[in-house]
Amino acid sequence: MNAPARYAVQGLLYAAFIAFVGYFANAPTYEPLAPGYALVRLSFSHGAQRKEPCRKRTAEELAKLPPNMRAPLDCPRERSSVIVELEMDGELLYRIVAPPTGLAGDGASTVYRRLTVKAGRHHFRARLSDNVKGEFNYAAERSIDLGAGRALLIDFNAGQGGFLFRM
Amino acid sequence: MYARSLLASQVTAGAPGGGAAAAALKGVERAFDRAFGGTANPLRHLGALGFFLFWVMAATGIYLFVFYDANVEGAYHSVERLMLKQPYAGGVIRSLHRYAADAFLLVAVLHLVRELVLGRFRGFRWFSWVSGVPLLWLMFASGVVGYWLAWDRLGQFVAIATTEWLDWLRIFGEPLARNFVAPESIGDRLFTLLLFIHIGIPLALLAGMYVHIQRISHADVYPARALACGVFTALLVLSLLKPAGAQGPADLASAPQTLGLDWFYLFIYPVMYWRSAGEAWALVIVVSLCFLALPLLPGRGREPIAQVSLANCNGCARCFADCPFGAIVMESRAGAAHGRPNAVVAADLCAGCGVCVGACPSATPFRSGETLVTGIDLPQRPINALREALEGMLASTVAPAPRLVVFGCDRGVRAETLAAPGISVFSLACVAVLPPAFVEYALRNGADGVVVATCGEECEYRQGARWTVARLTRRREPRLRANVPTERLRIVAAGRGQEALFGRALSEFHAALKRLPSARAAGLRPVARRSARRAG
Ligand code: HEM
Ligand code: SF4
Ligand code: SF4
Repeated sequence: MNAPARYAVQGLLYAAFIAFVGYFANAPTYEPLAPGYALVRLSFSHGAQRKEPCRKRTAEELAKLPPNMRAPLDCPRERSSVIVELEMDGELLYRIVAPPTGLAGDGASTVYRRLTVKAGRHHFRARLSDNVKGEFNYAAERSIDLGAGRALLIDFNAGQGGFLFRM
Repeated sequence: MYARSLLASQVTAGAPGGGAAAAALKGVERAFDRAFGGTANPLRHLGALGFFLFWVMAATGIYLFVFYDANVEGAYHSVERLMLKQPYAGGVIRSLHRYAADAFLLVAVLHLVRELVLGRFRGFRWFSWVSGVPLLWLMFASGVVGYWLAWDRLGQFVAIATTEWLDWLRIFGEPLARNFVAPESIGDRLFTLLLFIHIGIPLALLAGMYVHIQRISHADVYPARALACGVFTALLVLSLLKPAGAQGPADLASAPQTLGLDWFYLFIYPVMYWRSAGEAWALVIVVSLCFLALPLLPGRGREPIAQVSLANCNGCARCFADCPFGAIVMESRAGAAHGRPNAVVAADLCAGCGVCVGACPSATPFRSGETLVTGIDLPQRPINALREALEGMLASTVAPAPRLVVFGCDRGVRAETLAAPGISVFSLACVAVLPPAFVEYALRNGADGVVVATCGEECEYRQGARWTVARLTRRREPRLRANVPTERLRIVAAGRGQEALFGRALSEFHAALKRLPSARAAGLRPVARRSARRAG
């Protein structure tokens, strides 16, 4: 090959190289969410009630303990699991039993779920139990207009009254 | 006629690697050679390009770092501001940073494929291969965090996808993805941490790259200027034509519907959402394990390693300088003939290539003694056998002048197919096994011309061809002596499969020699035969 031909071929190969890099650096387009769909996330972190309530120690029991550990109340640390159910338009989407975290089972229960749903108006019902008996002591329902590409977050915060629907 | 020498017939384990894929790859590389020349051929210097692109990323990264605000509110806007205020400096530098990263991954993957196709993953090369695999992980990790830092819609997608993927492992107490459910859930320090990771991982990568080339001497880490300029200019043109853009600020209340994805770094996320997080992990882990286990595949067996003869080693360290795999160290040993350190071969690093034999001053055939014992030798194919075979051939040949001696390599052009009356071929483990003095020795004892066939850019042992040419052109020790007429020596670069090309060079040389008087008539004085004469 003579010099001009060599440079021409080099140029072509370099052009092919940047065409390849330039194309796949940005394309083909990816659709994380199909058109006409929205995202629903159920996510919270909540410390459930203790499995056993605190109990007054008897004088006898106290006497057996070393003097520096004679606390009048005996409070087992283990928490119960959180049970949460989420329904959309009358259909059960999730029933999750989230055990407490931590080695002693005394940490918060955490939940993170995501799911894509058709955009539009949906009716959500959520309920949650955070006690040993499994009684649903929190509940909420809400009708929400979910536009395509919107992300609904269903959070839970006992201090703020329970379920929070956030867009 | 003396066809393929006994040396070659002793070869049991030297079959060149690679099948059709290797042949095809070599074809492509040779085609590239014609356009770029061997030294600037990107396919032959992918590792060096990797290093070069790393430095491009480091330099552009430092510039971007200066203008980056490492917090949720500032991250996106600081990058945007840079692009607006400095469309050229800032915009181009950002684009270069991104495209160099893509090119980096591309060359690393091509480098992997090339070594794979050429079968360069087992035996003494296992370390280079295995140490390459974690580099890929570190590259992906750096790239992912880089996209996250930009905190545009793509960054948001990457943040959520990555944390969802990591959460599958259940090693974190609380799902990491919970950090990205709402703007206020993002911790203040997160972006500082990410920036720290985006600097830390590339530093670990650099350390890994350094480890990766530990078993390679004179590693090719700087591409030729023409190649570096070519690649840099190409990326610059790309940055100007298609500046890296942002895809709008992150917004956690919405989910991106369409994204321009960097498929080089982020391909795993579509796989994950298409299948599942567990399957994406399985893919990554299985592929990595397969790569890591590849050196365990049964190979063609180890080449026997080089051996040092203490009594014949003068401690000159030429073998140490020439060994392509850093397998020789110079150490003081008891029993050495002099006070200097001697060559010691590290068995697990040695390729058995014999490049060191050709470097050793004591490998000269002119030494007296019936048996030629050199400072360093390949025990299965000692240099003494080459001298014996050469002497035997020169003494027995009856062909008319010009008589040619060809030295070639087991893995290179099949020179033995061109053996004919008056053309004798000796195949060596690597052509660099040949001590230059053998050329003079052959010419003084009856050969009229010597052809040395190197594999050029395709040398299996990295530097065999390079050192051979340098020694024979008197630019590297041991040099061909000045009294050897260079018109009687022809160095031909021809790889396996290029027999026709080699044949043409051979006949051309033969014709040129015909115009010269015979070597003897030209005054090359013979020396007495050293090896014991065998009857018949
Ligand atoms: C960051 C990415 C990488 C860089 C910058 C890099 C760089 C290099 C360099 C500079 C060499 C020396 C080449 C020479 O002087 O002949 C080399 C050799 C080698 N690399 Fe890599 N490498 C990378 C990734 C990989 C990967 C992923 C693999 C495969 C898993 C790999 C396998 C090898 C092998 C087997 C050799 C030895 C070649 C020989 O002995 O002839 N490398 N690499
Ligand atoms: S045979 Fe090759 S790898 Fe082994 S010591 Fe000699 S030059 Fe080095
Ligand atoms: S080249 Fe030969 S003499 Fe020199 S150090 Fe190596 S073995 Fe010894």
